[in-house]
Formats: sequence, C-alpha cells, structure tokens
Amino acid sequence: MASQETPWIIGKVITGGGDIPVVDTKLLLADKLGSWKARWGIRRMNYRIVPRLYAVGRPSETSPVFVTANYKMSFDRLRSQLDGIDGWILVLDTKGINVWCAAGKGTFGTDEIVRRVNAVGLHKIVNHRRLIVPQLGAPGVCAHLVKERSDFHVFYGPVRAKDIKTYLQSGMKTTPQMRRVTFTFAERIVLAPVDIVGSLKYALFISACLLLLSGLGSGLYSLDRVAAYGIVNAILLLVAALGGAVLPAALLPWLPGRAFSVKGAWASLLPILGLILLAWQSPGAFRNWYSVTAWLCFIPAVTSFIGMNFTGSSTYTSLSGVKKEMKFAVPTQISVAALGLILWTTGLFV
Amino acid sequence: MLRYLPNVTTLELSAEKCNGCGICLQVCPHAVFSLENKKAKIVDRDACMECGACALNCPQGALAVSAGVGCAQAVLIGAIRGKEPSCGCGEDSSCCG
Repeated sequence: MASQETPWIIGKVITGGGDIPVVDTKLLLADKLGSWKARWGIRRMNYRIVPRLYAVGRPSETSPVFVTANYKMSFDRLRSQLDGIDGWILVLDTKGINVWCAAGKGTFGTDEIVRRVNAVGLHKIVNHRRLIVPQLGAPGVCAHLVKERSDFHVFYGPVRAKDIKTYLQSGMKTTPQMRRVTFTFAERIVLAPVDIVGSLKYALFISACLLLLSGLGSGLYSLDRVAAYGIVNAILLLVAALGGAVLPAALLPWLPGRAFSVKGAWASLLPILGLILLAWQSPGAFRNWYSVTAWLCFIPAVTSFIGMNFTGSSTYTSLSGVKKEMKFAVPTQISVAALGLILWTTGLFV
Repeated sequence: MLRYLPNVTTLELSAEKCNGCGICLQVCPHAVFSLENKKAKIVDRDACMECGACALNCPQGALAVSAGVGCAQAVLIGAIRGKEPSCGCGEDSSCCG
C-alpha cells in the first residue's frame, strides 16, 4: 500500500470495517524534510493527509484509539511516539491545521469527531467505546456531547505526544505536568522561521519603496542617491523586520513588560545599537541627521508590531489581553512610524 | 514563568452549579483551577488564556468565558473586515504552526 506520496504506509490490517492502512512509527527523511519545509512556510497550508482511520503495530478490537488532526506534522508527532504500541489513529479533517488551532476554530471538534467515528465505522472495528483525544483539542470538543452522540467516551490525553506511553502505562491518567502547556526557548525558536517569512513578504515591498524613493531630492531623480542611500535604507528595514521576528521569540522571558508590543519595542534596542554604530562609523551612509532620527522611529515601530503579532504563536495570551494591549499599541506604533516618515521625507529635501 | 496581562480574563465560575467532577482541571492548559471541598475553584485567574476548553466541557454549565484566540493578527484581520477577530490560518497567516 506504500506509494511515492505515502511512504509511511507500510501495510494493512483487515477488519470488520474494511482494510486499514498501517503506518510506520519511525519518521523517514522525507517526513523530517516535510516538517522543516512547513516550518519555513513552504506549502504549509497544504501539508495534510487523508482524514480516516490508520493503524500502528498490530491492533485488535481492544486496542486504544488516538484522535489527531490531518496536519501532517501533528500526525507525525503522534505516530513517532507510538513505537511498540498496537493502536488505531483516527485522523480528523481539520483542513490541514494543527490540533490546538483547529480546536480554536472548532474544526477539531465535537461534530467532526462524531462524523469521522461514523464514517470509518469505528463501532465495528473496536469493541470498547473510548477515544484518547489530545488535551489541546478540548477547546473544540465537548466530551459529554461526544458521548451522547456517538457513545464514545472522550479521555483527554497529555498535551505532548511524548508523554503518551507514560499516560497509557499509568492507566490513562494525566499528571499536572502532562496537562501544562509550556513555551520553552526551543518551542519558541522553531516558530521564528515562519514569522521571518511572513514579515519579509511585507518588508521586501517596503524596502523596495524606500530604495526607489531615496532617489528623490533637490533637482532631478538621481540613481546616484539610490545607490548611496537607498540600499542602506532598504537593508535597515529588512534588519528591523528580521529583528522583530527573531528577537521577541528568542528573548521573550527576558524582555521587559508583559504586553508583546512592549517586549517587541524593547527588542529594537539591538538593531538601534547597530544603527548608531553605523551612523558613527560611516556617517556618509546617511543623507543627514533627519534620516538617522527617522530610523530611531521606524525600528521600534516595526519590532513592536511584529512582536505584537507573536501573540498568535504564543501559548498563553488571551483574546481580552491582546485587545487591551492593541488599544494602546497600535495607535502608538502608527504615530511613531508616521513621525519617522515625516522626518525621513524632510531628510530627502533639506 | 511567562505571564500575560493581569485582570483581563472573562472567565466566570458558578460554585452553585459546580458538581466537582474536575473535568476543568483536566482540560485547562494553565492550571487555573483546583478542586477544594469537592468544588472547582479558580486559583490562578490571570493564567487564563480564554481558550474555552473548560466552559465547553463543563457538563453543569458552571463555567463561562468569552472564548477566543489571543492573536493580534486575528484581531487586525477582524477589524479590517469589520467582523469579530478571525484567525487567518488556512489563508495567508503566519500563526498556527
């Protein structure tokens, strides 16, 4: 049953509910490469598998059923932790979105569980009525409604797939530590690439505008000015965007403030230090002090804005909190950026 | 320990309706609840991220929270479209890794 697209399918089991593909619990190079590409935003929204029932090991009608999303990275995380376990994996159609985000949208939810249980004929394949649902699916799943509508009892398993074996050994009991979401350096830094790619799309456009506008000034449009000042301006913006995407993620616990926009603003200190060194070492890179001062506005506006958007990647920010910080952050970011633009434009013509 | 803005969560618990089943302790990713004298109790209110798991799973309807995703981009997209905050994941967004 293995094919070029699905080399991770390594066989099949025949059941009363039809043939079920058996999947590998070892990740191949292709799986790891796929995860890496998704982390960099390459075809990330189409990194999905067919929602259906799969098997690991040699499961029987008494084997446990694990529920997951059809984002391939979620599925890979789960199956790679099931080595030596005989079980079933019920993959829901979450449109290729991971468990927690899909639960927030409701696509990983009560309706889809009931629908998928019926679609695969799970009642005929197992003789028990238990589903192990990852705890982070709970924002979309109502356990008592699933029971009422499908007869299956939802057991909320650990947050992290790596705790599954301990969870099974302890008789399907989670410890407080298994239930707790973390946001460690490693967990944060893997999210940086997709934020870099996401912000560079806009940053490249603005960089190009700055590059072209740098040719303006007294007299005719000048390509010499584009070369002398435009390139520096374009690079400064890219550095600010890169700093905004990487520094808040890397330094989150150490940046002052609780609001992400504030943390992002503090993150501007490092690129600003670079700016000051550049202006000091090679003042010729800038037209005048107006353009240097403009960057003292642009850089914190950019890092604060991108830092604020990291709330979406974080594991602990509430919607009420995000709305509260945006009420002061967005007007401030816009004002500071506008001030920068006035200074920068003045710098073109003085 | 990373902490977000204090005094913002919309989480409400009705001690009267609570029957002490403890499912809220099982689904909460930030240990907001504990069980005391066979009743759930909010012990770390400011850790709540309003994911909504507790309210959705409470069979007694003892919990209420205005659930949503704490994502600035979603709030911006919602504001631009004149709608409720909407996560752009699945379209062209950088969140939801």
